[in-house]
Amino acid sequence: MIEIAGMACIAIGLLFDLLGCIGLVRMPDIYNRLQAATKCVTFGTCSIMFGTFLMVGFSSTGVKALLCIVFVALTAPVSAHALSRAAHKSGIKLWDKSVIDKYREDYPNE
Amino acid sequence: MKSRIAFFVVVFILWLLLCMTFDWVHVVSGVVIACFISLVAGDMFVTRPYVLKNPFRYLWFMYYVPLFIWECLKANIDVAYRVIHPMRPIKPGIVKVKTRLKSETGLTFLANSITLTPGTMSVDLDEENGIIYIHWINVVSTDIDEATERIVSRFERVLAKIFE
Repeated sequence: MIEIAGMACIAIGLLFDLLGCIGLVRMPDIYNRLQAATKCVTFGTCSIMFGTFLMVGFSSTGVKALLCIVFVALTAPVSAHALSRAAHKSGIKLWDKSVIDKYREDYPNE
Repeated sequence: MKSRIAFFVVVFILWLLLCMTFDWVHVVSGVVIACFISLVAGDMFVTRPYVLKNPFRYLWFMYYVPLFIWECLKANIDVAYRVIHPMRPIKPGIVKVKTRLKSETGLTFLANSITLTPGTMSVDLDEENGIIYIHWINVVSTDIDEATERIVSRFERVLAKIFE
């Protein structure tokens, strides 16, 4: 039973990882790409880790997988934030159908 | 000193979890390594050690984790829908929101939570005025108060109880 649950978690994780990669290709500009890549890939990777933990239990491997979930969930958003901020500061424009850019309004020189 | 001791405990527990073998070689080397790390970097991470004593903060953290996972799941289904929809229904833009959190840990957690929840990603932070710039994949409102209500308030309430 727990094997099947682990397999299901890994399958869901793979599916979301795939969707994140499709989003990386389909979205129009860097900010939307980061949205797809960060959310889907973080959740997908965490789900794969959790599936691994379910399958191997509280062994040395399983606890490392759980710790990996914590670290991935803490660091992936930070890297996305750093990338988007750097992109904006180096002058990459938003997609031309974007509605608003308050950041550009507040820091027009950068 | 207190912050160094708190950091030592955290690092040592992390070491034991990474090893998962409790013979004396690993424990002693763990103590040595944790001592070294907490001497070098202890006061960088735990700046207000008295915060760690309050048990209610841990209870609120226990409440925050499932809330966060639920929002994260919704975010993924939302983004997955926008990705595979043939018309690509997005309306992106960068909006401003206000926050009343002040502590660095609280702001970090808030920005990370915003990034992992439906359609929003934090771009930059103005600590002095408490303003976060957020890239929103489907802009519902450009007004600062309504955007704050929709994006920030559901986490801010809980995070203020944990970290402030």
